[in-house]
Amino acid sequence: MSNTLPVQRKISTKPRPSDVAFRGIVTSFGFINLAILTLIGAFLLFRGFEVFRVEGFSFLTDQRWELTEESGVSSGNIGIGAMLVGTLLAALVALIVALPVSVLTALMLNFYAPIWIRNFFVTVIDLMAAFPSILFGLWGFFVLMPSAEYWAMLLNRYLGWFPVFQVDQPFFTRSPFIAGLVLAIMIIPIITSVSREVFSQAPLDRIQAAYSLGANKWSMIKAVVLPFGANGVVGGAMLGLGRAFGETVAVYTVLNLVYSINLQVLFGAGGNVASHIVTRWGEAGEYEVKALLAAGFVLFLLTLLVNFMADWVVKRTVRKGR
Amino acid sequence: MATTQAIGAIPAPTKPWVKRPLQRVPSLALGVTALLLAGLIVEVTPLKGKLGYFIVFVPLVTTLQYLLARMRASRKVAEDVLVSSLMWTAAFFVFLPTASILATTVTKGLQGLRFSIFTDTMVSASFTDPIEMGGLLHALLGTAYLILLSVIISVPLGILTALYLTEIKGPGSGFIQFIVQAMSGVPSVIAGLFVFSAVILTTPIKASSLTGSFALAILMVPTVTRTSQEVLVLIPNDLREAGLALGATQWKTVALVVVPAARSGLITAVILGVARIAGETAPLLFVLGGTDALNQNPFNGFNSGLPLYIWKGFLIGLPESVQRAWTGILVLLILVLVLFTIARIFGPKKG
Repeated sequence: MSNTLPVQRKISTKPRPSDVAFRGIVTSFGFINLAILTLIGAFLLFRGFEVFRVEGFSFLTDQRWELTEESGVSSGNIGIGAMLVGTLLAALVALIVALPVSVLTALMLNFYAPIWIRNFFVTVIDLMAAFPSILFGLWGFFVLMPSAEYWAMLLNRYLGWFPVFQVDQPFFTRSPFIAGLVLAIMIIPIITSVSREVFSQAPLDRIQAAYSLGANKWSMIKAVVLPFGANGVVGGAMLGLGRAFGETVAVYTVLNLVYSINLQVLFGAGGNVASHIVTRWGEAGEYEVKALLAAGFVLFLLTLLVNFMADWVVKRTVRKGR
Repeated sequence: MATTQAIGAIPAPTKPWVKRPLQRVPSLALGVTALLLAGLIVEVTPLKGKLGYFIVFVPLVTTLQYLLARMRASRKVAEDVLVSSLMWTAAFFVFLPTASILATTVTKGLQGLRFSIFTDTMVSASFTDPIEMGGLLHALLGTAYLILLSVIISVPLGILTALYLTEIKGPGSGFIQFIVQAMSGVPSVIAGLFVFSAVILTTPIKASSLTGSFALAILMVPTVTRTSQEVLVLIPNDLREAGLALGATQWKTVALVVVPAARSGLITAVILGVARIAGETAPLLFVLGGTDALNQNPFNGFNSGLPLYIWKGFLIGLPESVQRAWTGILVLLILVLVLFTIARIFGPKKG
C-alpha cells in the first residue's frame, strides 16, 4: 500500500508561447495604425519643411500663389490664405445646410416614422454614404449647379439686403454656396447616422417618464432627447466638417478657385486647399510640389484637429449615458 | 341574457387612433387650399416654374398645418405638428438628391453603354471620338488590380487591429481606437500625397497599381477595422469563455471560435471597405500615373482605373468625353451597388 500522492501539476498563470506570439503580433499590427498616421504627418512635414522655412508664417496668411524661377532656383510669394478661408467658408455653408436637415431626419427616423419608412431611409442614407465622391462631383456640375445658380440669383434678388447674400457683381457660377450645397449632401449621411446613434441611446426610462406625464412626442424630444444628444450631434457635425474640409474632386468641379479671399458666399469665387493641390499638381515644378505638400500638411493637421475634437465630444456623451 | 352575450359575441376591437374618413376632411381641405394658394402666389409674383411652386408650397403647407392645429388644440400640439412637418420636409431633402443622382447616372450612363466598351481600351481611340470607338477595359483591369492589392494590404491590418481592440484589449487599446478614428478622417487627397512623398519621391519605386493601392489601403483600413470591431463585439463572451474553459489558448480560441463565428460579418467589413475605395479619385491622381493602354503588370508601369477614366472624360469636357465619363460612372456605380447589396444581405442584422 503506497502512501504517495500523485505529484501535483504545476499551475502557472504564465501565458503559453503561442499566446505570447499571438498577442505580440496582434498588438504590433494595432500599433501599425499609429505608425501610419505619424508617418503621414512626418513625411508631409519633411517634404514641405523647406517651404515653411522660406515662407515662414506668411504661408498660412498670404493670398497669392506666385512663383518665380531664376537660374533653376524657384521661390515666390506663395501662401494658402485664400484657400484656407475658402475651405472653411464652403464647409461652413455645408454645415449650416446639412445640420438641421440631418438632425430633423434623424429625429423623424427614430421617433416619428413607421418602420418601413425608417428602413427605407436607412437604406437611402447608407447608399448616399456609399456613392463615390466623383459621382457627387459630376452630378453637382451637370445637375445641381444650373439650378443652384438660379436659387443663388433668387436669394440675392429677394434677400440681398441681408449681408450674407450680397454680391458685388451678379456672377453666381461655381460659388462657395454651390460647393457648400454639394458638400452638404455629402456630409448629411454621417451627421444623420451619428445623430441617430446618440438619440437612440437616450434613456428609455426618462422617455417613458415624459410620456407618462402627458408629453407629446416633440415635448418629450425637447425635454429628454435633445439635452441628452446635444453633444453627440455636435460631435457628428464636427465629423461632417472634417469630411467637408478634405473633400477634393466634388469641390473641384463646382468651385471657381480664385487667389484672393472672397467672403461673399453667392459670388462665383472661392478657394479650397485640396482642390488647389490637384489643380496645381500637373504643372508644378520641384519647389511648387514641396509647397503643395506643405499645403497638404496644413490640411492634414486641420482635419486631424477637427476629428480629435469630434471624437472627444462624442465620447463625452456616450460616457454620460451610461 | 347578459351571460349569453358574454360567451357568444366577441366585441370587435376598437381602434380609436385610426382616423375616420370624416376626420381626414380638414387635412385634405388644407392640402387643396395650399395647392391653390401656391398656384396663385406663383402667378402673381415673379417666381417661376416647378421650383418656384415648390418653394412656395412647402412653407405654406407647414404654416397652414400649424394654424389648423393651433385652432383645434393647444400650443404644444401645434408645435408638435409644426416640427413633424419640418422633419418630413427634411427627410424629403435627403431623399431628393439621392434619387436625382441615381436617375441622372442611369439615364445618362445608359446612352453610352455598349458591349464593346468592356472589350476595348483607349489606346487607338481618343476621348473625343464617338462612343463606339474605344472602351474602358484598361480602367476596369486597373480598378480590379487596385481593389485586389488594397484588400491584400488592408484586410490583415484592419482585422488584426480590430482583434487587438476587442480580444487583447491591451493598455493601448483606447489610444489605438482614437488613432483609427483619426485615420478614418484623413482626407483621401492626403493619402495620395503621403504615398507620393514617402514612396515615389523617396524610393526608386515608380507610380503603378501597387503605389495606388498603398494610398487606397490607408483609406480602407479604418473602415475594415471599425466594421470588424462592431461584429466582433457582438460575439457572445460565453463562446470565448467556453473555448478557454476547454483548455484552449487564447490564440486557438480566437482562431477557431471567435473568427469563424464572426466570419460573415468580417466578409461584410471587407466588402464595405472595397466599396469605400472603389470610387476614390483624388489619391489616384498622384500615385497611379494614368494610361490609356492596357497594362497587365500591376507592379510596373503606369496604370489606369475607373475613377481616372471618368475624371479624364470630365476634364476634357466635350460631349463625347462627358458621355464616356457618365458611362464610366454607371459602371462604377453598378460595382459599388453590387458590393453594397452583398454587404447588406450578409451583414450583421442590427436591432
